[in-house]
Amino acid sequence: MTALTLTNVCKSFGTVEVLKDIKLTVEDGEFVVFVGPSGCGKSTLLRVIAGLEDATSGTVDIGGTVVNHIPPAKRGIAMVFQSYALYPHLTVRDNMALGLKQEKQPKTVIDERVGKAVEMLDLGAYVDRRPSDLSGGQRQRVAIGRAIVREPKLFLFDEPLSNLDAALRMNTRIEIAELHRTLSASMIYVTHDQTEAMTLADKIVVLRDGQVEQVGSPMELYNNPANQFVAGFLGSPAMNFLHKAPLAIPKNGALGIRPEYLRVQKDGRIKGTVTHVERLGGDTNLLVSTAEQENLTVRIFGQDSTQVGECIQLDFDDQQSFAFDEHRQRIPA
Amino acid sequence: MNAARQNRFNTIAAHGALILYTLIALFPVFVIVINSFKTRKAIFREPLALPSADSFSLIGYETVLKQGDFFLYFQNSMIVTIGSLFFILLFGAMAAFALAEYRFKGNTVMGLYLALGIMIPIRIGTVAILEMMVQTGLVNTLWALILVYTAQGLPLAVFILSEFMRQVSDDLKNAGRIDGLSEYRIFFSLVLPLVRPAMATVAVFNMIPIWNDLWFPLILAPAEEVKTLTLGSQVFIGQFVTDWNAVLSALSLAILPVMTLYVIFSRQLIRGITSGAVK
Repeated sequence: MTALTLTNVCKSFGTVEVLKDIKLTVEDGEFVVFVGPSGCGKSTLLRVIAGLEDATSGTVDIGGTVVNHIPPAKRGIAMVFQSYALYPHLTVRDNMALGLKQEKQPKTVIDERVGKAVEMLDLGAYVDRRPSDLSGGQRQRVAIGRAIVREPKLFLFDEPLSNLDAALRMNTRIEIAELHRTLSASMIYVTHDQTEAMTLADKIVVLRDGQVEQVGSPMELYNNPANQFVAGFLGSPAMNFLHKAPLAIPKNGALGIRPEYLRVQKDGRIKGTVTHVERLGGDTNLLVSTAEQENLTVRIFGQDSTQVGECIQLDFDDQQSFAFDEHRQRIPA
Repeated sequence: MNAARQNRFNTIAAHGALILYTLIALFPVFVIVINSFKTRKAIFREPLALPSADSFSLIGYETVLKQGDFFLYFQNSMIVTIGSLFFILLFGAMAAFALAEYRFKGNTVMGLYLALGIMIPIRIGTVAILEMMVQTGLVNTLWALILVYTAQGLPLAVFILSEFMRQVSDDLKNAGRIDGLSEYRIFFSLVLPLVRPAMATVAVFNMIPIWNDLWFPLILAPAEEVKTLTLGSQVFIGQFVTDWNAVLSALSLAILPVMTLYVIFSRQLIRGITSGAVK
């Protein structure tokens, strides 16, 4: 069964087209991540799915029902927001229970589901507190709990980790991944952070300017990007693009090489000067300005003693490079 | 304040200026209150002296209370002020929510139209208002005053509140929608508590002019049983003889309720101002 089917979804605000002809399927139990630069329409798409915005045209189908004219509360979804959006005047327990009370669920069901969520998220000590007495991480767990108790057909996450600090972000990321395994629910997750996208997703949807650029599993997109945008967007440090000779470069196109596939080699094809060195302990990033005045990043595993100002030569394996034509599309090798 | 940045001279200067301003602002009130406790002769002999054993007298208060209808005037003023504030806040907040929250054709035009009233004084329309009240039979009712004051207060209320409503997190409202709350519940139980400081500001801005107004009570509701306090106090001011004891006592009494209301609202006001800065 499919959890979500979007057919030709378009959305415009006035004359501005924000989403253009989106087609997408989310299978049952799948974890799908929408990723893209800010302003690419990923949050708007999520809001269209949630019913907070109406699609200008096209249909949204959740669990086999067309929901275009069904209000958000009846779509069988639950949503977790970036700013947590907890009700400030209610306790943690009431925050979680409100949606069920609105559904007129019997009290026993409410208590049971809230109890289960509290246990799952380890919130036992806080159930009677107000959101203002909780830390950011705890608030986000309450927000997740509020989504869990609804037992939705589809979970929607709108950049849930963006307000958390780095350490907490990683822990919560792992918690969300575990949650997905335990609940085996369908989830859609919006983020601009490619680490979150790569680590959580079964399927990544890369969006740009309201259009789907490519859909696929994280490794598929990493190893086989359809175009220059996807190639440059996924991977950190980002892929290098060379536009000038001395290499065989498609006319008006570019040659993409991931930083980790470049290696320092005596008689390498690319000559350049090191302009900056980032030592991260586990690996070292060299920023190199080539003889053709193009900037490259080289990722060397382990520690490296190269100094700024050194002239080095770089090389790579041809089958590990990507060629793009003048329309930024991938030229199959 | 940080001790390192504290400068004794600046502190003293700042406090000096504030104390001076407080004295200037409170002086007329002080004169009214002390003179209301003095005999008529003492008021004129030494207006600035405190009541002494000789000059102390409650004659003004006795006159006011004996006047009989004074409590009625009081009650009328209270009803009009609180009723008007209630409607200003209710309708002002609702209109502000709609303007801030919903995208519809003419949203901006509607906002400007509602704000226009800030620039045009309602008293210009007094004759037309009187004609309308006569035709609807509302002359000499408290409703006439409540309706006029509500109309008078709405433009500023909508203007201030819509600005604050825009600052309420969209995520919160959307979370409510996903949990199945109606738009009314979202408005009353999520948004209104968050804009409470702004509501208090609007209430304070509107309360005092309404309480002190003489114009509309005089024109729309001069009958004995619907007189407001300000209008009622005028009976002691005559063309030839003015009962100063009674006037001053009536004014002193009139300060009390409005001060109580102010204290209630201003606590919200201060909480609103500091909550953003300290949190």
